[in-house]
Amino acid sequence: MTRQMWTRRQMLQRGSAAFGGLLLGGCGRLSQSPSFHRILSSAEQLTYRAQRLIVGQSLAREFTTADLSPVFRSNGTARPRGALYNQLLTDNFEGWRLTVGGLVNRPLALSLAELRALPARTQITRHDCVEGWSAIGQWTGVPLGSVLAQAQLAPEVRFIVLFCADELERGDGGYYESIDLMDAFHPQTLLAYELNGRPLPVANGAPLRLRVERQLGYKQAKYLMRIEAVARLDGIGGGKGGYWEDRGYEWYAGI
Amino acid sequence: MGTPEIIRRHSLATRCLHWINALCVFLVLMSGLQIFNADPLLYWGQFGASPDHALLAIGAHGFPHWATLPAWQDLSTGRRWHFFFAWLLVFNSALYLLISMISGHVRHDLLPQRTEIAPAHIAHDIWNHLRLRFPKGADAKHYNVLQKLSYLGVIFVLAPIILATGLTMSPGFDAACPWLLTLFGGRQSARTIHFAAAMLVALFILVHLIMVVLAGPWNEVRSMITGRYVVPPGKQS
Repeated sequence: MTRQMWTRRQMLQRGSAAFGGLLLGGCGRLSQSPSFHRILSSAEQLTYRAQRLIVGQSLAREFTTADLSPVFRSNGTARPRGALYNQLLTDNFEGWRLTVGGLVNRPLALSLAELRALPARTQITRHDCVEGWSAIGQWTGVPLGSVLAQAQLAPEVRFIVLFCADELERGDGGYYESIDLMDAFHPQTLLAYELNGRPLPVANGAPLRLRVERQLGYKQAKYLMRIEAVARLDGIGGGKGGYWEDRGYEWYAGI
Repeated sequence: MGTPEIIRRHSLATRCLHWINALCVFLVLMSGLQIFNADPLLYWGQFGASPDHALLAIGAHGFPHWATLPAWQDLSTGRRWHFFFAWLLVFNSALYLLISMISGHVRHDLLPQRTEIAPAHIAHDIWNHLRLRFPKGADAKHYNVLQKLSYLGVIFVLAPIILATGLTMSPGFDAACPWLLTLFGGRQSARTIHFAAAMLVALFILVHLIMVVLAGPWNEVRSMITGRYVVPPGKQS
């Protein structure tokens, strides 16, 4: 009887170890399978549609100066390496222009002074990194929607793509991001040139960065150079709509 | 005593939903540890990042790789697993609640009876569990009070907390329901609560599995697969 109990227990142990091993090994294999990745990624569409339905045009919570993070953490590129950017930085961004092009009736090239002359918005919001941490900062900038209205989007435009001056890895083609029109025309979506009342530090994206408050940190493109209005995202970069999206992250980063 | 009495212990719905649930919980827990490892620090309040004061740090690099999904550092794939199976878990749990409310499973099998929640009865049950004395005969045909309370705690306390704190971590959802931030005291508090509640679920699973092994693994596992359960002979009913 004791013998049999032991055999049973051993069987159970070996059985569950084998089952667990199979499952874990299987999960590893599945993680690397492109077709299974597509199945897992289908959840993103569900999240996007559910959130667009529930969240709509509601505003992200705004905080007070008492809630500010003592240090606003910077992540990703802390200082772009390119010669062009460093020349612009040396000249205090005098020669820098934000170009707005693509499917627009009036292409624009705006200097920092011209952007600062436009009606501005200041908001204290929370920045959430995909890694899990959060920081609260005060942003001042021009609502992206007002710049896009000046440029006059063509009717077929569905996305706004933002191209940056930084490369995270040498030769990666440069950082870029994209958002849909609902986010582009959201009142809290800014082209920000100030953080906590001072010109944007280099580590946080000088001279201009995007704030798209209801999404994660990697959508908040820094070191903006060029904005393009497009009908589709394939054909740009890796085709997934952003630097991290091309590396497996969700295009809709509202979660 | 004669031939052992065999009863149909779990309904088909309970059995199917239990195994889908088990798969989902296992996968969201492990992919959750993968996500946690991207920043293995816990904070309290509206904000919290490495320059700020952390409430708790788990190792230098968080949990060991064998406990995470996938079993190597890969935040984006971990997130894909986590959100896919979180959705499935939500659908599965909603179906379980709906069926269990309608069928009376919650009322008849899970809610303790008045006599069962008497402190003396609970103390007696705890004492019996500590001595590894499990119910026999008629008493084995229904859940004991500790079982009922732990199942109810997971279903009606931990699961809703995990869902709500998970949603509070979403910057999109926060815009729709800013009251969640007030309820949990901020996104970083919500993240810490989400983690703590998930650890309690992991603890529940551990105890649950130990109890299955101690109570007779074949009989218990079979009752959750085929529904057939051999009542341990004991007190005559």
